Amino acid sequence: MTLYMLNFSLMMVGMYALIVKRHIVKKILGIAIMEYAVNHFLILIGFKKAGVAPILTKDMDLATFIQTAVDPLPQALVLTSIVIGLGTLALMVAIAIRLYERYGTFDMHEINRLRG
Amino acid sequence: MENLIILHILLVFMIIGAIITIEIRNMLSAVIAVGAVGFMLSVQFLFLGAPDIAITQVIVEILSLIILIRATINVDNVAIERKEEIIFSNRITLIFIGVILIFAWTAFHALPTFGEPSMRVSQFYLIHGLQEVGATNFVTSVILDFRAYDTFGEAVVLFTSISGAFAILRRWKKEQHKDFLRIDREH
Repeated sequence: MTLYMLNFSLMMVGMYALIVKRHIVKKILGIAIMEYAVNHFLILIGFKKAGVAPILTKDMDLATFIQTAVDPLPQALVLTSIVIGLGTLALMVAIAIRLYERYGTFDMHEINRLRG
Repeated sequence: MENLIILHILLVFMIIGAIITIEIRNMLSAVIAVGAVGFMLSVQFLFLGAPDIAITQVIVEILSLIILIRATINVDNVAIERKEEIIFSNRITLIFIGVILIFAWTAFHALPTFGEPSMRVSQFYLIHGLQEVGATNFVTSVILDFRAYDTFGEAVVLFTSISGAFAILRRWKKEQHKDFLRIDREH
């Protein structure tokens, strides 16, 4: 329970950066922090107490392994989510670099004012 | 139980790193602080029984650190802040974040308690994975066999975003077009 709350407050720190900060790279960093929090939350939900990683080795037998292994499904989905996060981060940084070349500033309010 | 204490300590350090990231004025330091948060997250994945994700997180973290440093190097490195407007919007945002946290505290009671996941679907994968797929690592048997369409969709999203980034960063040869735009703005 406290782990869930700490995790959610990490996500709220990212949300704060996304809403309040004016620097465009700080907004991107806020999105990255929120993404960390969501991935970590999904792994937390699949954790089992005194659990082992879902990899079967030779000295385990299948019945006790099924009882003790942590949930492999959120791990597989988070694995794809992390890689997608890298792709979207690259896209956002590319847009930020283009905006800087065009307007000469990273300030969101300035960019809004300079339009047109 | 030592595991859980380590998880709490690491999460508190992650929150401190995130606050440093969003409040520090030098942008290069902010990028390095978010890298520290990502590496602590990877250590946490190791303690939570997910070694595959820990390895992936380290690699992705290094790559995203390189990309973010490319965005912040050679440009003005200091964050922009203006005092008068910011204090007002800061307070309203903090109040709303507090309200959301209170609602989250009640909402988390509906989740399964920590350490006892409901494994209705995953039980099937654990029981039948070894005979049907033959892989001893069940994470790979889920992403590459049971849920291969998800992985295909992920590859499509990754390709789209990377090609979008290339299309944006590409140098177009029509420099004349840019000149027209500049003249338009001057008049």
